[in-house]
Amino acid sequence: MLWVHKYRPTSLESLDYNEPLTETLRRLADKEDFPHLLVYGPPGAGKKTRVSCLLRELFGPSALKIKEEQRVLQAGTRKFDFVLVSSNHHIEINPAEAGNQDRVVVQELLKEIAQTQPVDVTAKHRFKVVVINEADSLTRDAQAALRRTMEIYSPNLRLILLANTTGSIMGPIKSRTLLVRVPAPTTEDIGNVLAKVADAQDVQLPQDDAARNQLWQNISEKSNRNLRRALLMLETMYARSEKIDASTQVPLTDWQLMIDRIAQSIVKSRTVQQLASVRKDYYELLTHCIPETVILKELLFALLPRVSAVAGKNIVDAAALYDHRLRLGNKGIYHLEAFTASTMRILEEA
Amino acid sequence: MSFFKPKTEAVAPRKAPWAEKYRPRSLGDVASQEMVVETLKKTLQSANLPHMLFYGPPGTGKTSTILALAKDLFGPELSKSRVLELNASDERGINVVREKIKNFARTVVTTPPASAAQNYPCPPFKIIILDEADSMTQDAQAALRRTMETYSKVTRFCLVCNYVTRIIDPLASRCSKFRFKPLDETNALERLQYICQQEEIAANDEVLSRLLIVAGGDLRKAITLLQSASGLAMGSPITVGMVDELAGRVPDAVIDSLVNSISKGIYKDIQQTVDDICLEGFPAAGIVTQLHDKILTDPGYNDNAKSVVSAALSEADKRLNDGADEQIEILNVAYHMVNVLKV
Ligand SMILES: Nc1ncnc2c1ncn2[C@@H]1O[C@H](COP(=O)(O)OP(=O)(O)OP(=O)(O)O)[C@@H](O)[C@H]1O
Ligand SMILES: [Mg+2]
Repeated sequence: MLWVHKYRPTSLESLDYNEPLTETLRRLADKEDFPHLLVYGPPGAGKKTRVSCLLRELFGPSALKIKEEQRVLQAGTRKFDFVLVSSNHHIEINPAEAGNQDRVVVQELLKEIAQTQPVDVTAKHRFKVVVINEADSLTRDAQAALRRTMEIYSPNLRLILLANTTGSIMGPIKSRTLLVRVPAPTTEDIGNVLAKVADAQDVQLPQDDAARNQLWQNISEKSNRNLRRALLMLETMYARSEKIDASTQVPLTDWQLMIDRIAQSIVKSRTVQQLASVRKDYYELLTHCIPETVILKELLFALLPRVSAVAGKNIVDAAALYDHRLRLGNKGIYHLEAFTASTMRILEEA
Repeated sequence: MSFFKPKTEAVAPRKAPWAEKYRPRSLGDVASQEMVVETLKKTLQSANLPHMLFYGPPGTGKTSTILALAKDLFGPELSKSRVLELNASDERGINVVREKIKNFARTVVTTPPASAAQNYPCPPFKIIILDEADSMTQDAQAALRRTMETYSKVTRFCLVCNYVTRIIDPLASRCSKFRFKPLDETNALERLQYICQQEEIAANDEVLSRLLIVAGGDLRKAITLLQSASGLAMGSPITVGMVDELAGRVPDAVIDSLVNSISKGIYKDIQQTVDDICLEGFPAAGIVTQLHDKILTDPGYNDNAKSVVSAALSEADKRLNDGADEQIEILNVAYHMVNVLKV
């Protein structure tokens, strides 16, 4: 089992950092009038972990006994399959799996769960919970369908929405939820978690405190304070050598390395041939299911340390423009190419 | 004997979140919205009602008002057969409009039972509430037009929505329009005081008006925040600080640090500041709003600075609304502000 899973806290008591937030959740969970929640924060901040700990706090250990089930849902005359994860007390949906049919999924499943009686009448709470992952990718239609449902069924049903940002959640939904912000762990928090895991796994770390802190800082920086990534990095480092110190290379994923190479090559040579070769790399990344928006952002931050301040300012401007177009357009590759070409021109003019 | 006791007694009653628990039960409970409530109270006397269109921002009492009006007109029992509520979570494509709505619209109005007739006006028509009508397709709305006209003798429609521009004109023009404003202090404050009294919680008026401010006139939001704050306070008085924290307002210190970093004009440092702010998870929309309030109202900045800043913020607001990346947008705004804010 990967360390990220193996050392994942399963109760509020065992959560490692951000004690005030944990306390807030504990107090909310104590009451029968528990509100709907919108939990948001950057990737790898531990939102999902906190929510499963919260479910356990609400319903006890049986909330962690989850099973997967396959459902057939009907949209108009078409039928489609949908996988959902559930326990006796909650269900979990990934709307992205339903694509454009997410409205139907939300409509059908929420009504169904709100109308079924709880199996366990001795449970601490009488409502059920629906967790919606990646709620920021819900279509407007699906969000609209949630509005009145959240009110009508609120005696039996509470929603917990998870999102990276609240920008694409519509106002009426925000009005119906308590917003819970989960900040990324600090470098110190990350160091503490990594040290605990390293200890449990008998990783050979530097004896000296300063060297050890330097190591945590390296990982924290490279992971962009994303705890999931940080743990994966530590595990990979350990797999390569049992002894780790501050000079050990922090491994990046293949796709990140590839984007880093793209940035390097754009800065080095601004030619039509270069553009053509970069396009091939983009296709390669896309076939590995790295989203265009991720490519663009990663590329931007790989470029910035390599260019002058003035060029950097203009490249950010171009990145903002094409990131926006990416969201509205259909052909992601066009916008990646256009961003690349603009960057080359900016560098040429600088 | 306990053996024969009905099982339900042992089970704790279900409790809804406060926003639902304190939904107005009659028109008299609706806070603010005086214009709307006055007009509707008159219809209670005349027992006549036009088709209606309620619109306004979330949590201002639209759904509550129409449900309360229906209860005041028919009483709880008769409401069941006289009122049909459909919302965006129901299938409301064109076929449903043709079938379900039409079937309900054309049923004959029965004579009310004496119990209802004694206590309520019980006018001789039914009400169809189309809540969240802004998410109905244009086709479905168009189909509704005919139905509305054909059965107008025995049926009144009430369309409820946030975005009035999404209602097609021919439909909107058949309705009396009622605009629901964001709630202001006077009446909404009383409602919050009433809830505090019922729940036996300690919160002074300063805290309550802060709730209304951070909720931006959305009373549902204010009530949810009040509930959460009281849960956290555990009996001790609620403070303004707790309210700000819960409402997820970007702390002023964060905005100040950003502006400070921008005015020093070192791009690498600005990038770091923006990175840190984004990792804290502060919403970009909030940062844009607070930057706007800070810079544009400050007489210390000249017109040129303000025009550059407002152009950058306007572009960012639109893009964010389209789902653009928050970190890139904030960084771009910050970089655009460097030239005019640099000291
Ligand atoms: N004017 C008001 N008077 C009293 N309570 C209100 C008022 N407005 C909102 N509330 C409170 O907020 C809750 C939600 O109000 P309501 O459902 O009427 O909002 P809405 O205008 O329909 O919002 P949305 O557009 O999001 O559907 C109510 O249950 C009540 O607790
Ligand atoms: Mg409503």
